[in-house]
Order: sequence, then structure tokens, then C-alpha cells
Amino acid sequence: MLKLKFILPLIAFALLVTLLFVGLSNDPRRVPSPLVGKSAPAFELPRLQDPDVTFSPEMLKGEVWLLNIWASWCRGCQVEHPLLNELAKQKLVSIVGLNYKDTNAEAKAWLAKLGNPYRLVVTDQKGLVGFDYGVYGVPETFFIDKKGIIRYKHIGPINYKDLTEKLIPLIKALKAEP
Amino acid sequence: MIPEFGQFALVVALVSALIQSTLPFIGAAKNIPAWISVARPAAQAQFISLAVSFACLVYVFIQNDFSVLYAAQNSNTKLPIEFRISAVWGAHEGSLLLWALTLGTWTYAVSVFSKKIPDVMIARVLGVMGIISIGFILFILMTSNPFARIFPVPIEGRDLNPLLQDFGLIIHPPMLYMGYVGLSVAFAFAIAAMLAGRLDAAWARWSRPWTSIAWVFLTIGIALGSWWAYYELGWGGWWFWDPVENASFMPWLVATALIHSLAATEKRGVFKAWTVLLAVFAFSLSLLGTFLVRSGVLTSVHSFASDPERGLFILIFLILVVGSSLVLYAWRAPAIKSTSKFKFISKETALLLNNVLLVVAAGTILLGTLYPLVIDALSLGKISVGPPYFNSVFVPIMVPLVALMAIGVLIRWKEDNLQRMKKHLLTYFVISLALGLLGTWMMPSFTFSAVIAITLAWWVVLNMSYHFMLRFKNKAVSWQGLKTIPRAIYGMHIAHIGIAVFTIGVTLTSVYSTEKDVMLTPGESYSLAGYDFKFSGSNKIVGPNYQGERGHVTVTQDGNVIAKLEPEKRIYTVQRSPMTEAAIDAGITRDLFVAMGEPRGKDGGWALRLYHKPFIRWIWLGSLIMGFGGLLAATDKRYRKAK
Repeated sequence: MLKLKFILPLIAFALLVTLLFVGLSNDPRRVPSPLVGKSAPAFELPRLQDPDVTFSPEMLKGEVWLLNIWASWCRGCQVEHPLLNELAKQKLVSIVGLNYKDTNAEAKAWLAKLGNPYRLVVTDQKGLVGFDYGVYGVPETFFIDKKGIIRYKHIGPINYKDLTEKLIPLIKALKAEP
Repeated sequence: MIPEFGQFALVVALVSALIQSTLPFIGAAKNIPAWISVARPAAQAQFISLAVSFACLVYVFIQNDFSVLYAAQNSNTKLPIEFRISAVWGAHEGSLLLWALTLGTWTYAVSVFSKKIPDVMIARVLGVMGIISIGFILFILMTSNPFARIFPVPIEGRDLNPLLQDFGLIIHPPMLYMGYVGLSVAFAFAIAAMLAGRLDAAWARWSRPWTSIAWVFLTIGIALGSWWAYYELGWGGWWFWDPVENASFMPWLVATALIHSLAATEKRGVFKAWTVLLAVFAFSLSLLGTFLVRSGVLTSVHSFASDPERGLFILIFLILVVGSSLVLYAWRAPAIKSTSKFKFISKETALLLNNVLLVVAAGTILLGTLYPLVIDALSLGKISVGPPYFNSVFVPIMVPLVALMAIGVLIRWKEDNLQRMKKHLLTYFVISLALGLLGTWMMPSFTFSAVIAITLAWWVVLNMSYHFMLRFKNKAVSWQGLKTIPRAIYGMHIAHIGIAVFTIGVTLTSVYSTEKDVMLTPGESYSLAGYDFKFSGSNKIVGPNYQGERGHVTVTQDGNVIAKLEPEKRIYTVQRSPMTEAAIDAGITRDLFVAMGEPRGKDGGWALRLYHKPFIRWIWLGSLIMGFGGLLAATDKRYRKAK
């Protein structure tokens, strides 16, 4: 003899499991960026070391490069910084730093202390370009291909596993494209 | 050879578990004594094999055998020996093996300490535990083999996550697992009772000490985790409502409910179906917690190693175990009849209310923990549910629960009237309120939360003491008299007083803590909550596997030196991750806490985080008292006799 009130726990559990199944196929860290697959938004910003000279993404067309958004006030940036230094040493890819909502003095001191993996750094003190790129947390890293299209966006500090297992293979694949 | 031997031992454990969960079941169903008697030796063989396997993995870590992938990923020759051992359970593979070993330990304990329980019952209990064991050992062998080798053999290991290189982590996971997995015993008893169709008071009596012991481990394990987060993460917080913390807290709430409803079922034969369901829930939440932690469906500061494919395995296992238990419940529970009746004003009602409040609390936490998943599954975006939600739903449930605890202890079984207790309750309440107001007046500012918390805590303490003293009615309190009181009675009162201590700790810390981020150059000082923190610079330090800076802060109050604090900022060489080692001056009424931020400027300045945390020790002190009370209750003479 079955009674509804004794079956209720089972029904609730079935609902919970369905939810967990769906949850399992979603990656909680993956926040889709509407920019992936689109051209990197254009900008022209002064360079950190040489404010009279500007840089814009146009200049690196035909090359695979990374745009790393960082700031001296950001703890996550400090975590990933040694790995960026490592990556720079491999001379695999140019890394452009976008110094976000920071002061030039602090940014320079930070690079002097922790090392400079960047081919060049541009400054975005008001965060306007960051806004165009949909930055909502620092650090973020955009992977831009030879045609100037954003192919991937990494949110949060890059760790060793991400770098070796996902990001370096991705860079190599992008470089192999015509 | 040793790693292969460890893996072989794991296979032997699997075979033992298979035997343990087939023959005894069939034997119990068909009444074949020889098959029933296989249960105990098979369970013991399983435990010994698991212990051997675990010992092999420990040996691999001690020997720095980096040909084993898991050791290469989580250890290092420069890692001190105690952390090389604790690194065994520092990541996924090893912590699963520890899980399996813990289950093996409980299984072994059941097989040894259950001489008075009929063999048929024990055969079924061990059978159920064997099935759970099969799931976990298969999981290890198929998806998470800790003994897998790599080639070429790396010269050096990648080191243990620096966050985990800490004393707290050596003991926190084993304690927590003992609690989590210990709930499988109550679960197994409930399933066995349903299979036998004998849902009488007997199964409740058998599972009570087991449930209490598991609850003690869980209490201490959670408290240790909170303490670890407090001093190691350097944020000065003790609870973050993180999914992984919630995963351990939900089983605790349900296990607490279970302890109370088991008491009602055993003593009065009421709530039988509900108690069975709670036993199933408590362990299901343990399994769900394992799933949440190990699958990575929720992001958490704890997800050191998570993997969706492994999540699928646990999920399927969860469906099989919990699903079949609930089917069994739907089939067997309708036949259960209550053997006694009770009036509205009675201890039964009070315990029922206690259960409702605890289960609702667990439910709201479950909702908050899974809500981000729901939103994500419905493609409505990504959200995270934080402390504001949990605090605002949890506190309103806890206040009536503590008040109910104060009243409930005085109410008699079956039938009582409030008139009888009115005088005492009111008198004690007025005294408590006065103490609450007095206590709050001694605080830096007046808040209603503090008044409510201190009043309720005193009310609990006074009522508990009164109830205890009732045992000496018409008799003088004597040493002889104290000795004749059963441990269970002591345990119950002590555990509840623990809650009162905990309540004060949580409330006063939350309301009166002060913190400040300051920039100090050597020689500068900052005043916080009446204490002067003077920074006198920092020096370089070199540890076995890290380098860093040690700051020197002298704390004075009215010119008297209170403490010299030396917080550290470390960079662990291998993983290059920075770590903050906070310096804490602990005290009964307050903690002073200093953590180093970042260096600033050229003159040796540092950003420092200063905290003044009143009564924070009471949180863990209260938890320890609760645990001690539980331990007394679980080791009561009548259970020891029943061995």
C-alpha cells in the first residue's frame, strides 16, 4: 500500500537529482562573454613607460597576442604574475598589459618589484576601455588571434594547470592558423 | 612495488566489501546462519585491507616517491614530514581513500562493538555499509587512483597547496570525515530495520550511541574547520557560508534533529517513520556534500581539486543509494504505527518542534547553496548567494530554537501543563533579562541582538541547572549523589550549555568586532578598540619551503604591553603563491588579530589588517563543550553494558 506522503521524499529527491545533472554540465566559472568571436574593440591609449606614445590593437594585426587586464591593487594579479613572467620567458606570444584604474607611479613600482612580462603596458586610468571589453573583475585575459578577433577570455587569475593544459595549447593552435 | 601493493590491497578491500554486502543479505533473508556469520569477518577483512592500502600511500609520500603521480602533484622533498603525511589527504584521490578508510573504520567498529545486537540485524547493517563501501572503492579504482604512476619520473614534486600546510588541516578532514561517514551507521541501521520490517524502538536504541559519536566528530570537525579558516585565510572570519561549509553544516543540523527524534522514538515509540527518514536524510546530505565538494558544480574557496566527470560517478551513486532508500521508505513506512499518544503540551511536542526548526534550517541552507545551480540550470545567469541571505534566514530560526531549548528541557513526556512551570520559567527569564541587560551595558554600545543573545544564553543555563538540580529534590547534593546520575543526563545538560556559550560567542563577535586596513611605516601606530598597534618594521625570513617577511607589531593598552605580534607574508617557492600567516593574541573575552597586506613605498611601510574580535573564542569553546556533552551521552553506562 503506497501513500502519497511517504512518496513525497522520493519525488523531492528526483527533482534535486535532475537539477544536479543539469548543474554538472555547466561550468560555474565559465561566464560567457559576448565578445568572444568578435573583433577586439578598438582603442588608443597612452603607454605606461612612455605616455606620449599611444598603442592601439590595430598595431598587432597579423600576430597572436594576449591582452591582460591588471592593476597594482589587485591581489589576483599578484597570484598570476609569476606565471605571466614564465610565459614571457618562453617568447611564445606577446602579452600586452592593460593597467586598469590605477596610478602610473604605483603600476611602475609594482612592475619594478615583481618583474615585467609585458611587451608594453597601456594605461586605462578611468576604466573606459575596460568597460568596452566588459571587464568586471581583474585580472582578465583576452586571447586575440591574427585577424584581431577575441577567441577566448580567461576570467580570474591564471593558474599553472590552466596555463599548461589549456592556454598554451590554445596559443599554439592560434599561432598555427593562417 | 609498494604503490602496486597498495592498489592490490584496495582490490582486496573491494572483494571483501562485495562478500560483505551479498552473502549476509541473502543469509538474513533466507535465514542461513552460516551466511549471516560471514558479515563480521568480511567487514574486518575489508577494514584491514583499506588500512594497508592507506599505509602504502602514506609510505609513498614519506619516501618522496614521485613516480606516483598523486605524490608528485601534491608533495615535495622540502615539505616538512608532518605535512608530507597530511598531504596524503590534501587533494582528491587521497581524500577519497581517507573517506573509504573512515567508512572501513566505522564498519569495523560496528562489527566489534555490537555483541548484544542480533546477528541477523548486524548482518544487514554491515551489508548496507558494504554497499556504500563498494561504491567508494570502485570510484577510487575507476576514476581517482592515487597509486597511478607517471613516466618520466619528475625529480621534484609540485608541492602541497600552501593553504593546506597547516596543523589545522592535518586533523580537520579526518575529524570531519569521521562525522560525515559515521552517519552511515545510523543510516545502515534504519535501512536494516526497514528491510527486516521491524521498525520498533529497538533499532532506535541500537543506533543512538553511534549517531551521537558521529555527531561529536562532526561538531568538532566543523569547529576545527572554522578555526582553521579564521587563522589561516587571514580574513578574520570564522564562517563564510561557503558551499563546502554548508555541505558539512547541513548534515550536522539534520544529525542534531536525528539525535532528538531518536530519543523520542526510543523512549516513547513516537515519530518512528520520521526518525527513519531523518536517518536517511542525514547520510544523504553527507553524500550530497561529497558530491558538491568533489564535482565542482559549485565554486568555492575549498574546491582545491574538482572534476565534472568524477561528479557524474558520485551523482549516479547518490541516485542508487538515496533513491533506493527512499523507495524502500515509501514501501515500508505506511505500515508503521505509533504505539503511544501524547498531549499538545509535552516533551514529544517540544522535540517535534525542535525537529521542524532544525530541518527547516537545513532546508533553507540547502536552498541557498543550490540556488545558484537552479539559476544556472534555467539559464538565467550566474549568481552567488552570500552571507546576507544565510544570516537573514538562519538567525530567525535559531532564536526560537534556543528559546525552545530552554523551555523544552523542563517539560515532561506525554502530558504536562505550563502552569506547573510558569513560576520558574518567568523567574529565570527575569533574572536572565537582567543579566542580558547588564552584559550588554558592559559592551561598547547597546544593541538588541546582544541583549537577546545574552538573555537567551542565561535562560538556557539557568533552566538546565534547575532541571539538573531537580534530581536532588528533598536530598542534599552529595558526591555520592552526583556519581549515581547517568552520564547521558550530564551529557544532555552540558551539550545544551555549550549551545549557550556558542550563541554568546557568535552574537558578540558579529556585533562588536572592529577591523581596519591601515598603512603603517616603521614606528607608526594605530589605535583600534582601545588598543594601540605599533608597527616596528619587518625582516626577511627563510623557511624550509618558503621565503617571506615577518612584521613586528607591539600592542599596548594604556601604556601596558599586551602582546607582541609577528604576522608573516610568505611566498611558497614551488607554487609561487603568496600566503598570509596572521598573528593572533587570543583571549577569553577578545582576540587581537594582525595580518600583513602588501608592502607600500620605499621606507619599509606595509598595509596591515587589524582586527579586534570580542568573544570569538566562545564559538569554538561552545562547540567543544557541545562535543564533550555528546561524548558523555554516547558513552552512557547502558550502552557500554550493551556491548
